[in-house]
Formats: sequence, C-alpha cells, structure tokens
Amino acid sequence: MRSAKAFLAATRGRGRRDWTDWLAYAHLGVGLVLMFGPVVWLVLSSFKTPAALNEFPPQLLPYGQAQVSVKGFDRPLPLYRAKLPDGSTRTLAEARRIGLVATMVDPQSPQDEFKVNIRDRERVRELHFAGGNYTEIFGKFDFGRYLWNSVFITVVATLITLLFNAMAAFALSKYRFAGRDAVFLLIVSTLMIPPTIILVPNFLVISQLGLLNSLWGVIWPAVATPTGVFLLRQYMLTIPDELIDAARMDHASEWRIFWRIVLPLSAPALAVLAIFSVMWRWNDFLWPLIVLSKSENFTLQLALNAFQGELTTQWNYLLAMTVITLVPVTVVFAFLQKHIATGIAAAGVK
Amino acid sequence: MPVDQRLAPSRSLVSFPARIAGVLLDIVDAPMRALQRLVGVPRIAWMFVLPNLAILTLFTFVPIVIDFHFAFTGGVQLYPSQRPFVGAENFTTLFECRNFLDPSTCNKDVFWRAIFNTAKFSVLQVGLMVFFALVTALVLNRKLRARGFWRGVFFYPVLLSPVVVALIWKWILQREGVLNALLASAGASPVEWLTDSHWAFFWVVFVSIWAHMGFYTLILLAGLQAIPADLYEAAEMDAASPWRRFSRITLPLLMPSLTVVLVLGLIRAVQVFDEVFVLTGGGPGSATTFIVQFIYMTGFAEAIRQYGLAAAASLILAVSLLALTLLQLRLTRRSAASTARNDA
Repeated sequence: MRSAKAFLAATRGRGRRDWTDWLAYAHLGVGLVLMFGPVVWLVLSSFKTPAALNEFPPQLLPYGQAQVSVKGFDRPLPLYRAKLPDGSTRTLAEARRIGLVATMVDPQSPQDEFKVNIRDRERVRELHFAGGNYTEIFGKFDFGRYLWNSVFITVVATLITLLFNAMAAFALSKYRFAGRDAVFLLIVSTLMIPPTIILVPNFLVISQLGLLNSLWGVIWPAVATPTGVFLLRQYMLTIPDELIDAARMDHASEWRIFWRIVLPLSAPALAVLAIFSVMWRWNDFLWPLIVLSKSENFTLQLALNAFQGELTTQWNYLLAMTVITLVPVTVVFAFLQKHIATGIAAAGVK
Repeated sequence: MPVDQRLAPSRSLVSFPARIAGVLLDIVDAPMRALQRLVGVPRIAWMFVLPNLAILTLFTFVPIVIDFHFAFTGGVQLYPSQRPFVGAENFTTLFECRNFLDPSTCNKDVFWRAIFNTAKFSVLQVGLMVFFALVTALVLNRKLRARGFWRGVFFYPVLLSPVVVALIWKWILQREGVLNALLASAGASPVEWLTDSHWAFFWVVFVSIWAHMGFYTLILLAGLQAIPADLYEAAEMDAASPWRRFSRITLPLLMPSLTVVLVLGLIRAVQVFDEVFVLTGGGPGSATTFIVQFIYMTGFAEAIRQYGLAAAASLILAVSLLALTLLQLRLTRRSAASTARNDA
C-alpha cells in the first residue's frame, strides 16, 4: 500500500509535478487494461463451462451452479435460493423435479422436503473453474499430438539453428580466408529476402526433397538465419584471439577450439538467439500452413486455426487450447524479458 | 555492437545440454582433424560456413531463381520442366484493368483490391502505430517506479503468436462477445464487428497495432535513452515548457530512430498475413484481403493452383520490399552516422 502511494506520488525531477505527469499515469493505466485485459479475459473465459460461455451478458469470473452433497443422495445436488409459501427464503437443494414443481430438501436435514414452483427460486452461483476444458482437449482432439509437433519443431530447429549459425559465425569472425567478406555479405543480404516472396519456389524445393507433410519440411528452411549469424559473429569478434592461439599451441583441432572454447564463451549470445528462435518457431504460421496439410502433422498454431474455422466452433475447448499455446511464450517473457529487450537493441530484429 | 555482458547468468541454461552434446560431437573431431590436415587451417573455415550456405542456397538463393521461372511460365504443374513458357502473360493478367483506380474493372479484381487494401493498411497501421509507440516510449522514459514492469506490459503482446492474437480478439469481438456486452449495458445495440467491412478493416488495423506496437516502443525507448540528459537539465534551467522540451530537443534527436521504426514498420505491414487471415479470413468479401493472402490463396488454397500468378505477384511484392529495404539501408547508415556523432 505504501509503495503504491509512493508510486502514485513519484514525479520527475525535484518534486515538481506538471500536467504531463497526469497524462503519463493515464496512459499507463489505459495501456495496462488494453494490453493485459484481453489476455486476462481469455484466460478467465477458458475456465468457464459451455453454459457459462453462452451467457449474455457474460460474467467476468467463471461462475457455475453451486452444488452440495446431501446425505441419502448419490450425486451432488444443485443449490437454489427458494421463496417458500410462508414468505421466507431459504437455500435448498433440488432433489428432483417434475414439470414446474421441484422437490427440494434442506442440505442440513434431508428429511424435510419442500415443493417449490421453479419460478419462485433462483440458482446459487459460486466461483467454479472448469478444468475440464483443459483435460478434455487431450482426449477429444489429439491435442497432445499437435503439442508434440510444435515442441519437436521448436526444439530441433532451435538446436540446429544454434549449431549452424555458430559454426558460420565462428568461421566469419576468427579466420581470414579468401571469400570471407563475400560469404558474410551473402548471408546478411538474405535479410532482404523475406520468406513471403519465395513461397511458391520453396514449396517446389520442399516437395522435390520429399519433405511435404513432414515436420522436417518446416525445420530445414528455418535453420540458417542471417540474424543469428550476424548476432553471433558480432559477439565472437569480442572473444580474444589469444585464447585460440594458445589452444593451437596445445595442438587442439579447429573443431575442438570451436566446440570447447568459442561456443561456451558465446553462451550469452547463444541464449539470446535461442530465445528468438524458440519464439519464431513456436509462433510460425504461414510456412507450416503450406507444408503441413495433413492434420496429424499440424502444429498448435495450425490446429488452432483449423478449429476456429469450423462451423460450430466449440469455444470452451478453443479457449483452453489458445491458453496452452500462449503459456510457453508467457513463461519466456516473464523470466527473460530483459534478454529479449537486449537482443532487440543489439540486432534490431524481432 | 557487442552483445551485452550482462547476459551472462543464462550460461547455465546453455551449458547443460552443451555438455551432453559435447560428448557426442567429439566424434566429429576425428574426421574434421583429418580434413584440417588435408586443406590447411584458413581453408577449413569453409567447412564451418558450409551447412549455413547450403541451407541458404537451397531455400533462399535457388528459390529466387525459380521464382522468376514460375512467374514467366503457365499451367498448373509444379515441376518446372512441365511448365510451358508464357512470357509476361502472368503479369499482364494481373495488370489487366480498364481503370486502375477501380478494382472491379480488373481481370484479377481481388489482386487489385489486395493492393489497395495493403496500401491503405500500411499507411494507417504504421502511422498510428508509430504515433502510439512514440507516446508510450515518452511515458516510459520518465522517472517511473517499476519501469521494467510497465515496459513489459506494452511489450508482452509482441511475443504472442499471430494465431493467438487473432483468437484473443475474435473472442472479444464475436457477436455475443464482451465488447457487445459492454455496448448493451450502455444501452447501444450490438455491432457485427467482423462482418461489417468497415469495422472489420478498423479492427484489423487495431489488432495489428496492439500486437506489434511494443517492439517499436522498445526501439524508440532506446533512442530516447541515448539523448544526453544534460540537454534537458539546461532546458529546465531556462524554464522551457514540456512541449518546448519535446519539440526542440526530443523530436529532432529522435528523428533517426523514428525513421528506422517507420521503415521497419512498413516492411512488416506490407507483408501482413497471419493475424488477419485468422481474424477475418480476408473478409467480409475481400475487405481485409492483403497481398500475401492473395499469393497464398492463388498458389496454395484454391482448387486450381496457379503457381505462375502467385510467383508473379510475389515478384511485385518483392520489388516494393526491395525499395523499402534500400530506403532503410540509406536511413540506418545516416542514423548510425548521426548517433556516432552524438556519442562523440
């Protein structure tokens, strides 16, 4: 509370407060609602039962019918607030219902029965998080498979990206060989060729390699990133050459120098590239959409797209799937936000 | 610019799998050592760049060449030797219009609608986004408690996948969604946000700004933080108003970052596809169909796959991107020069 007060009272400079301060706080407040609100709404909605999702206007929190287990009944009974003929209002559980008349019992003393017209009662609602949306998608939709496909592509592509890009960066930063500058220029120039303009020919290449409808068809075209080579090369340039010369004195092979010395020392830059690569591959959409057309090869993103396009969208499941899809990225964000910011500042890429 | 040394804590994150893989990759050592003896030390570097070059050749350089081949051949076959040469026919089909300002008079009216939509989208989205990103960066650059948190608030949507972004907003904008509920509680009647063409276009722009603004805010914030603080102190001495401080110090010194952000934003906006495709599917009608979606539909989604037309449209897109990239290179070089001057 004190820190909240201090936050609100914080001003620029020496205690002088002008109108721009108020505008700034207003901006932050609106930003908080606008940026986080939709995501919070998605997460809250994903815990609602289909019945609660169909309510209009919707409730903010996932409410459900309160239930109570009563002695003498196998299943929990729904709770209602009922108006009795004598004018009093009591909270009762519904034992059974015939037509418009419900037979209701007091949860504390089940032997007392009341006949209540269903128009004279209303549901007792309580906070109820429907975890079923999350558990059922694995049984009903092969969701585990999509999750696995996404994880496989993300992990394998990131590992290969790190290896290939680090090798290239090592060669371009630590050797003087004929054609080095040309190679570097060639690699960096591919920054100017976004994947969207070579969709058709890449489709041909992938189909000639027999990689259509294979996860490898998504992985291979993605592993040589100019951004990664650039980022790693800039970092490796700061590793002193003396270390490498010393290793050569000890008759270490060039491969061993790369693997045992340069790669471990580049860990910070590798971590940045790893974060980026994970985000790129996890979020990829257009290229997987073209390569993977059989549903058993779908990634999470493709599965989400397919489900939302169906005529009768089952929002309760779709919302749960969406939340699961955004969890890894959110975890990455929560723990590594600073690294991402640094990476963007260093490479100017997303 | 070397990557920040402060990144060091993540070393443990990488070194554990590296240790396992290290044992495995020692196996590579023997053949590499033999090769090294054979070709000598500087030339062994080629072995290190080879995997990267091979991938780039296969999936970037060769495809560019094939792109031209596709663009000048017709038919529905994918295999190049089975495609008949048609000259510039694909381009003339795309450009066949009685009146270029009216897409409905064109042979490929969807293509022209896509071009107009993309132009409109790029101008609106980038203009508004850069404005909001600038305002946000200015706010975040103030003395704030928990600045990291606030920066994170605006940056978070950048990391979400386009599909997730689209679904988040689809859930809000659907007929019985929360936005219509808010309208209803205010006494207004519900609006079909995504099936009315004007509203659909508005929301496509809005959602795209929502999803990408944080990235550009971050770049602008870095630009703001590079402005020397003593300039502001001097301005405060002279009792300059906030507006004067902004227009005479901040804006001129931020100009290099602003132009970079503008061009980067344009390069991305011209290629907009993912989130729009999931949010509106390009509709209603073709109200939110953009160029990349036209390429995707023509080449991959329609019953008759017209690879030639798709490739021709890709090349037209490539030309506009090339122009933007060259512009960016010019501007970054100039801005790098001016920041270097600022540092000195």
